[in-house]
Amino acid sequence: MQSHTSKNSYSAAQLYALVTLRVFIGWYFLYEGLVKILNPNWTAYGYLKDSKGWFVGFFEFITNNDYIMQAVNQINIYGLILIGLFLITGFLAKAASIGAITLLSLFYLSHPPLLEAIYILPSEGSYLWIDRNLIMLVAVVVLVLFPTSKHIGLDRIVFKKQEE
Amino acid sequence: MSENQENISKNSQKLEKSPSEGRRNALKTLATIPVLGAMAYGVYKKKTIENKNHLAGSIFNTDATPDVKPVRFGGKKIRIGIIGYGGRGAYLLQALGFATPNYINGLKEQAKKDPDNTRYNDFLEQDNLNVEITGICDIFELNAKEAVQAGANIKRQGLGAKFDKVPTVYKNYKELLAATDIDAVIIASPDHWHGTMTIEAARAGKHIYVEKPLTWTVPETYLVEEAVKNSNVVFQLGHQGRQIEINHRAKEMIEKGMIGKVTLMEVSTNRNDPNGAWVYPLRSEASRQTIDWKQFEGDPQRIKEYLEYMTSAGLAKYIGPDARDKFVPERFFRWRCWWDYGTGLSGDLFTHEYDAMNHIMNLGIPASATSSGGIYFFKDGRTVPDVLQSSFQFPERDMCLNYSATLASQNERPRIIMGTDATIELGGSLNVKVDSSSIKYKDQIKQGLIKPGEIFYRYASGKSIDALSSPTEKYFAERGLLFSYVGGKRYNTTFLHLREWVECIRQGLQPSCDIKAAFEEAITAHMGTRAYLEGRTMYWDKEKRIITKG
Repeated sequence: MQSHTSKNSYSAAQLYALVTLRVFIGWYFLYEGLVKILNPNWTAYGYLKDSKGWFVGFFEFITNNDYIMQAVNQINIYGLILIGLFLITGFLAKAASIGAITLLSLFYLSHPPLLEAIYILPSEGSYLWIDRNLIMLVAVVVLVLFPTSKHIGLDRIVFKKQEE
Repeated sequence: MSENQENISKNSQKLEKSPSEGRRNALKTLATIPVLGAMAYGVYKKKTIENKNHLAGSIFNTDATPDVKPVRFGGKKIRIGIIGYGGRGAYLLQALGFATPNYINGLKEQAKKDPDNTRYNDFLEQDNLNVEITGICDIFELNAKEAVQAGANIKRQGLGAKFDKVPTVYKNYKELLAATDIDAVIIASPDHWHGTMTIEAARAGKHIYVEKPLTWTVPETYLVEEAVKNSNVVFQLGHQGRQIEINHRAKEMIEKGMIGKVTLMEVSTNRNDPNGAWVYPLRSEASRQTIDWKQFEGDPQRIKEYLEYMTSAGLAKYIGPDARDKFVPERFFRWRCWWDYGTGLSGDLFTHEYDAMNHIMNLGIPASATSSGGIYFFKDGRTVPDVLQSSFQFPERDMCLNYSATLASQNERPRIIMGTDATIELGGSLNVKVDSSSIKYKDQIKQGLIKPGEIFYRYASGKSIDALSSPTEKYFAERGLLFSYVGGKRYNTTFLHLREWVECIRQGLQPSCDIKAAFEEAITAHMGTRAYLEGRTMYWDKEKRIITKG
């Protein structure tokens, strides 16, 4: 039985919209990663220190240990870059999407838009429990459920043999 | 066709795709790759713009830092005696690595309660300066007992500490200065004793670290200068602000002409709590039996100089009000509140500001000083003002220094140095604002690279504020008087200042706040004080080297 997500079931408009969403989200991640790798002084220390909410202990723990902090910085930078690259080029897009969902969840849990939360880094916009991280997270979930990389993207070659 | 033949034909159909299908395939595979090209181009362009902006800002970059000489462990162990173990004395010994077990225990408890409070570890990890406390002198028995506990606590132990060697206790400072097992002395007595003890220490050949201000009376200032210059001792005045990194950077920036010609500087004092206004706690153990009141009264010659000045200038109302030989615990613990022992805002706190500016700008002694103020908040019987404004002119340098102080407001004000091309603000960080009328930076302003009036360059060496307890401590920290960052590492500023002194003793050099700077500090503070007391402009006669009424 053909699943709803078979590549043949999208209209042209749907395909364009979904691919554009995938590429734009990839662009966002890739640029965030590149900016950090080009700035030798970048560290997530300040951001993590400003965490609020239920998971404060976890994020504080990272900041208190030099080695863990360094590792987290590298994971974040390269994670952002790879996720971005993969989403844009449509290479292992599902894996990249899951990576994106993971990172976005961590950002959201570190800086949850709670009623009384005031953060050092000002955010553009006013949020009530739902912020851009959460919205983007849901958008990536949509990308997973409506995949396009096997149709438009490098996954077309990667998964070609399996389909045959 | 047979099954095999059908399969073969189907397979060959699959293998032989039409060229247009192959091209469509490739297109669909690589459709999004050009996006990476757009990203690469955009990032490259952004970097170019950023580099241009960064270059504009980097003109203010300098590498100036205070000289943190490595401690020479092969060097001689310096044997130190301390005179005066009150609030400041205790802090100085802590900066050297000596504290009472009780105090260290207190740090441990603080660290347990608040993981952000790192003072316990900081204290344990403080560099060992290879010094020994061999003598202590304090006229209050309790202070003396605690000083011994601190001086003997070589291993920085908490409660339950055991000591092998214990410093000698002297009842009179003259006996300490005569000791043969003391190479250097720290003088942390009240202001009215600074000069006298310094003179005698210099004559005894002991290296000197004396707390600010240098002197309490004007006449003794010359005697101190002479005594120290005629000796071979290594002398340091306790202005630990000399170790503040951003001040060194500001100095270099200004000397390179980056902010243009400076004509006006503003410095200030702002405090808003009783401790900050010198209302220190009284200790119940204080009595005529536990305090050598005769010694506390002061040196007879100094008292004579003080009374002569105050009466001849018509300032008798500021003397006392209690008779000097009357035992009054308030006057012992809160001595800073009375002219009889202290030097008021001008000598107590302005001196820090003046010395910082003297270091940065090479000011020297002003040609004139005016002052006004009064007791506007702490009307507790003190004779020194709690609000003071002073203005000092340096006509040969075309500069004016303004000092503004209140002990009844915590409004934080940075030190401001105003030049024709830019203004430097020194607070927790160094900030530079370019002047909109700047000629030097006219082109960059026109190109939009520099926005005048906004902070264009900022340098902050590490976090300025930490888990500190009181507002006064935060005030000190903001002015770099508690911590200093050198090369990104945090040091206790007083530690750095003492360390410089100790290293200079070992290497036979003179430290940064030497007798020349000390003399300038003392005279300038006295000019400000007298201008306030007498309500008139005071002048400095450069040739005769005296303060005059003009």
